Amino acid sequence: MADHTLDAKGLNCPLPILKARKALKEVPANGTLEILATDPGSVADFEAFCRQTGNEMLEHSVDGSVYRFLIKHTAA
Amino acid sequence: MSSEAKVVSTQLQDAPGKSPVAVPDPNSMSIIVTKGSLDWAYPPFILATTAAAMGLNVTMFFTFYGLSLLLKKLDLQVTAAGNTAMKMPMMGGHMGLPNLLTAIPGVDAACSVMMKNLIKKKGVASIDDLREMAVEAEIRMIACQMTMDLFEYSKDDMIDGLEIGGAATYIETATKSHINLFI
Repeated sequence: MADHTLDAKGLNCPLPILKARKALKEVPANGTLEILATDPGSVADFEAFCRQTGNEMLEHSVDGSVYRFLIKHTAA
Repeated sequence: MSSEAKVVSTQLQDAPGKSPVAVPDPNSMSIIVTKGSLDWAYPPFILATTAAAMGLNVTMFFTFYGLSLLLKKLDLQVTAAGNTAMKMPMMGGHMGLPNLLTAIPGVDAACSVMMKNLIKKKGVASIDDLREMAVEAEIRMIACQMTMDLFEYSKDDMIDGLEIGGAATYIETATKSHINLFI
């Protein structure tokens, strides 16, 4: 179970990233944030976001048209 | 090739009497914003807010028509005139407008309404929202003093939290920024 879930379904670039940044602030250090999105571009974007910010992408999967990401809050 | 280039840059940096080369912060970006239409407002605000979300220090410098993006009340429009690549999804295909027809009164307004409906339908943020997020993310926004004089705007016409500056203010920022964009 993630510490926090962000429903970004129906939102387009760059809203899922911007909302994830905000949501991460609510997640304690080393806690996890689950993100649900329907934007196909979010797959590449969340990977880039994690590489740049130093947060860790633990899992990502797709279920139909919904993408799910699990990010560990490892950076400030 | 690369080793030669390296030698040259070392020589430049070591040359006596030369001031040291300023090393920009790798996590910094500046954008010059020069356009104020609905479609052109997107790239600078999307890139600025995303960069801030990714931990970059961001500065936006608003000049000429870009300055209108700082007005308290935004009234953004698109124009099909001269915009020959502008095609809208319509009835399963994509439709453009012959350039001659774009001069008819009401056409720009209709195009703008159509674009705003598309934006809503596809879950794309409004410029109002992106600008609010830019303010929230503490993006440094500079309004060009000369443009304010030229188009007769005062600070009271603009949103709060702006800095007023000119070309030198921007250039100083650009020398310290790793990424500098002109949009």
